[in-house]
Amino acid sequence: MDWGALHTILGGVNKHSTSIGKIWLTVLFIFRIMILVVAAERVWGDEQQDFVCNTLQPGCRNVCYDHFFPISHIRLWALQLIFVSTPALLVAMHVAYRRHEKKKQFRKGDQKCEYKDIEEIRKQRFRIEGSLWWTYTSSIFFRLIFEAVFMYAFYFMYDGFRMPRLMKCNAWPCPNTVDCFVSRPTEKTVFTIFMIAVSSICILLNVAELCYLLTKFFLRRSKKAGNSKQQPNHENKEETKQNEMNELISDSCQNTVIGFSS
Amino acid sequence: MSWAFLRDLLSGVNKYSTGIGRIWVAVVFMFRLLVYVAAAENIWKHEHDEFECNIKQPGCENVCFDHFFPVSHIRLWALQLIMVSTPSLLVVFHVAYRENREKQHNQKLYRNPGKIDGGLLYTYLISLILKTGLEIVFLVLFYKLYNGFKIPRLVKCDIKPCPNTVDCYISKPTEKMIFLYFLVATSCLCIVLNLSELSYLIFKYSIKCYLKRHRKKQQ
Repeated sequence: MDWGALHTILGGVNKHSTSIGKIWLTVLFIFRIMILVVAAERVWGDEQQDFVCNTLQPGCRNVCYDHFFPISHIRLWALQLIFVSTPALLVAMHVAYRRHEKKKQFRKGDQKCEYKDIEEIRKQRFRIEGSLWWTYTSSIFFRLIFEAVFMYAFYFMYDGFRMPRLMKCNAWPCPNTVDCFVSRPTEKTVFTIFMIAVSSICILLNVAELCYLLTKFFLRRSKKAGNSKQQPNHENKEETKQNEMNELISDSCQNTVIGFSS
Repeated sequence: MSWAFLRDLLSGVNKYSTGIGRIWVAVVFMFRLLVYVAAAENIWKHEHDEFECNIKQPGCENVCFDHFFPVSHIRLWALQLIMVSTPSLLVVFHVAYRENREKQHNQKLYRNPGKIDGGLLYTYLISLILKTGLEIVFLVLFYKLYNGFKIPRLVKCDIKPCPNTVDCYISKPTEKMIFLYFLVATSCLCIVLNLSELSYLIFKYSIKCYLKRHRKKQQ
């Protein structure tokens, strides 16, 4: 069980996301999770062992380390990534629920159901409208909130995003004010700034996606209001079916097949 | 053999669960297993090496560490995850038994071997009760072993061969405490999910039973 399992789960959500959502997912996996696992963990790996204080007093180093790092950067990032990925599960669950309903319909032999077999239901891509729109939008909203909360927590806990070389500590049992030296401060600062930058990019992508979804929603509403006054219904259905087909054709090459199976 | 086995097991259970059961599986994956592997394990990695006592007496540190941490938090956490996921195996076994029976007799004995009705319902309810019970047992164990969910910075130790009362310092106590609270919170969430699933199933099937009897009486 590791980040690979998360990749499998979220890969299924990729199919039902907007284009901005797919970019967000790529940024998340390549620039955050992969960097965390491959590079950042090594940088913070020897954290406490190489945290050196200018004293021989036993216990002083432990206490000073605990005082300056209540929760390590690397752990905060891991928690941030987990919390930020979780709302996508809501979408995956909703899609799985819809598929389950369609399978039930198909099994009952409902004539309304237009699918030829169960495989088609499994591979079908649902459009983001109706209740799925609400689930998707609220998942983006929660993502934004979690990102912002964690960035603020970072800033608040570490007084900015810089890692100082030297910290002065006088917690008991240190006899006086003692100099303590952090290991690899520059490298840690570089990675911290990198992670914050990518977090900000993800926040921007989420905001853009939210705006896009809201715009689409209002446009669709005004179109429906306009259409219901003028054209008969069946022409509309032809148009939407053609639109659906076009979308599916354009997206079929980009989609992964791995799904969060119910 | 690793956590991947547990992940595959839980994916199998997901198929035969109710909606709340699936939420439970998601919570266990994301907030317990993933957090354990990605974050918590590394905090407790060097706990013994970083446990420092204000004394040069050989053996004193070892003895004090052993006295204050009979079973490490992280090991208890791992045991809890394994124990809590295991009752779901009962359901998987029962479904496999049903499918086996159908194969043996070469005829359709059940409308759907994976549907929660009849004997499978009782197995499912028992697995829910076991899961909840085990969660509570582990929470109580954590509380009793460590006198609450706090991890102090300093512990005083006077066991032989330590010559007097000696100050011993635990490493990363705040970080450990934060993750311990996280563990307790997710455990409580899982208990709530299990209890609501239990009441939902009991309610659903008693209504079904009552309606059946009512129909029979009318006929």
